[in-house]
Amino acid sequence: MTALSYANEYLTDLLQSVKTVAMVGASAKTNRPSYFVMKYLQGKGYRVIPVNPGLAGGEILGEKVYSSLSDIPHTFEMVDIFRNSEAAGVITDEAIALREEKGIKVIWMQLTVRNDEACVRAEDAGLDVIMDRCPKIEYGRLFGELSWGGINSGIISSKRLKR
Amino acid sequence: MSKHTIKNYGIETRAIHAGSRPDSETGARNTPIYQTTSYVFDDADHAADLFNLQTFGFIYSRLTNPTVAVLEERIANLENGRAAVCCASGHSAQFLAFFSLMEPGDRFLASRNLYGGSITQFGTSFKRLGWHVDFVDATDLEAVKQAITPDHKAFFIEPLANPGGVVLDTQALADLAHENNMPLVVDNTLATPMLFQPFDHGADIITHSTTKFLAGHGTSMGGAIVEKGTFDWATAGKYPTLCEPDPAYHGMRFFETFGDFGFSMKTRCVGLRDFGPAMSPTNAFNTITGIETLHLRMERHVQNALKVANFLENHPKVSWVSYAGLPSSPYYELAQKYMPKGAGSVFTFGVKGGYEAGVKLVESVNLISHLANIGDTRSLIIHPASTTHRQLTEDQQIAAGAGPDVLRLSIGLETADDIIRDLDEALS
Ligand SMILES: Cc1ncc(COP(=O)(O)O)c(C=O)c1O
Repeated sequence: MTALSYANEYLTDLLQSVKTVAMVGASAKTNRPSYFVMKYLQGKGYRVIPVNPGLAGGEILGEKVYSSLSDIPHTFEMVDIFRNSEAAGVITDEAIALREEKGIKVIWMQLTVRNDEACVRAEDAGLDVIMDRCPKIEYGRLFGELSWGGINSGIISSKRLKR
Repeated sequence: MSKHTIKNYGIETRAIHAGSRPDSETGARNTPIYQTTSYVFDDADHAADLFNLQTFGFIYSRLTNPTVAVLEERIANLENGRAAVCCASGHSAQFLAFFSLMEPGDRFLASRNLYGGSITQFGTSFKRLGWHVDFVDATDLEAVKQAITPDHKAFFIEPLANPGGVVLDTQALADLAHENNMPLVVDNTLATPMLFQPFDHGADIITHSTTKFLAGHGTSMGGAIVEKGTFDWATAGKYPTLCEPDPAYHGMRFFETFGDFGFSMKTRCVGLRDFGPAMSPTNAFNTITGIETLHLRMERHVQNALKVANFLENHPKVSWVSYAGLPSSPYYELAQKYMPKGAGSVFTFGVKGGYEAGVKLVESVNLISHLANIGDTRSLIIHPASTTHRQLTEDQQIAAGAGPDVLRLSIGLETADDIIRDLDEALS
C-alpha cells in the first residue's frame, strides 16, 4: 500500500469549511479515543453528532445519539468514521447516497482506518476523502497546538499563526 | 492546489526554522524564553480536559513549556521523527526512555561500547530498579545473534560510540532487534542528525545528550528522546505500560489513543511528570540557538578532527589513533556508508608510556581544556581511565575503549594548526 499524504493547505481549508460532523462509532466512555476527539472538536467550535446504534436515544457530551446517518434530522458536512476499514466501506456508501439530502462534503476515516475502494467511490461522487488520520491531531497540528507537545508538525513558516 | 503535494525543506533550513514560527501574539521572530512554571486555565472544564489529555495545552512546566516545546519539535523534525520529549540531561533521557519500556525484572540488551556513564547507569543504578542489562560486543553480529532473545525489551547502541571511534552496522543491528520484537534505541549524541540519520537505518527511538553538539557551546545541560512512530507496540505484545489501561489516566491506553506518538506521550505524561527531570526554558533557548548553526559547526568539527587525527597518527609518541574518519580505522568503511559527511569530532588515541604519560599530557596542554565534556566549540581532552571511566574495572575500561593509555579528544572549532601545535608541544 502506498503511504497517504495530504497537503497542509488542503487539510486546513477542509477543516475550516466544516461546521457539523457526524461521528460514527462514538462512545460514551470517557477514556475512549472517540470521546477525546468529540470533546476536542466541540471545544474548537464544531458541532459533533454521535452515531451509534447501541446508544441511540441517549446523549453524549450534550448531543443526542442517532442509530444511523439517515436518522440525523439535519445537515452535516463531514462524516468521521471510528469503525474498522471494512465497516468504513458500508458507511461511505450510505454517505454517498445521502450526500445531497444531508449536505455531506467530506468522508474522514480515523487513524488505522483505510478503504481505498470506498475512497474511489466517494471521490467519484464528488466527496473529499481523508483516510488514516485523526481530525483532532490534524487540527492540532495545523493550528499549532500539537507542537506544544513536542510533536513534529512538519510546518515551516515565517508567518504569524492565525487561529 | 493539489491534495497530495507536501513541501520538503532541507535539513539546514529545518535546523533554523522547524518548530519556531513567529509568536502569534507579538510577532516576535525569535523564540521567547517562557520563564514560567505554570499557565492559567480558561475555566474548570478546560483544566479537566488538559489533565485528562483530552486537549493540547500547557499546565505546568514540569510537563511542557512553550520554549522547550520549540526545541522538542526542532529535534523531532531534524531526526525525521514523529515527536520528541526534552529533559534535564542525556542521562535523564535514557532513564525516561527505559521507564516507558521496562517493568521490574525485565532485561534489555546494550552495546558495550558506550559512554562510561551509561555503562554505570545501566549496569549499576538500573539494576536497583529491577531493570537488567546484558552487554554485548555490538561490532560482532554473531555475538549479538547469540546474546539477543525475545525477552529483551530493547537494544541500546551508540552507532558512533564515545569514546572509542567505533561505528556500528546500525541497520543489521536493527534487523536483529526487530526479528526479536524489540525497538532499536540509538544514542545519536556524537553524530547528531547532521552526520547520521538513525531512523533511515532501522532505529525506532533516539536519545540525545543535547548538552553536547546540539547546544554546542558548553553552556547548557539537556536531553531528548525522539520517537520514529512506526514501531508496533501492540503486536510486539510485551509493552504493557504502552498498551494496557493506565490507572493514572482513568484507564486510557497510550498507544491506542495517541498512536504514532503514544510512546512520547507516555514518556512525558507519566515518566517526566512523576520523576520530574524537566529541562529549563533558558537551557532550551540556548540549545535552540545552538542548533541553528549545527550544520556549519559539524562540518568544521569534522574538518578539524580529521586534520588533528592525521597529525597524531604520524607522531612518534603516539602508538595508535582510533578515528573512524581515518582510512586506517577498521570502522572506516562503515563510517563511509552510514555517515559520509564525517565520523564526528570525538576520538581516542594512545600515548606511549601508558597511564602516567596520559595523565602528564592532559596536564601539559595549554589551549585544549582538560575537562569531562564533549561537543563544545572549544577543543577538549580527557584521560578516561583516571576520570569518566574510573568507576569501571580495567577489563571494562579496555572493553569500552578506555584503557590506561587512552586519551579522548573532542576537537573544537579553533584554528586547526593551533590545536595541533598545542598537542605537539604537550607531547614533547
Ligand atoms: C554519548 C553520550 N550519551 C549520553 C551522555 C549523558 O548525557 P548528559 O551528560 O547530558 O546526562 C553523554 C555525556 O557525556 C554522552 O557522551
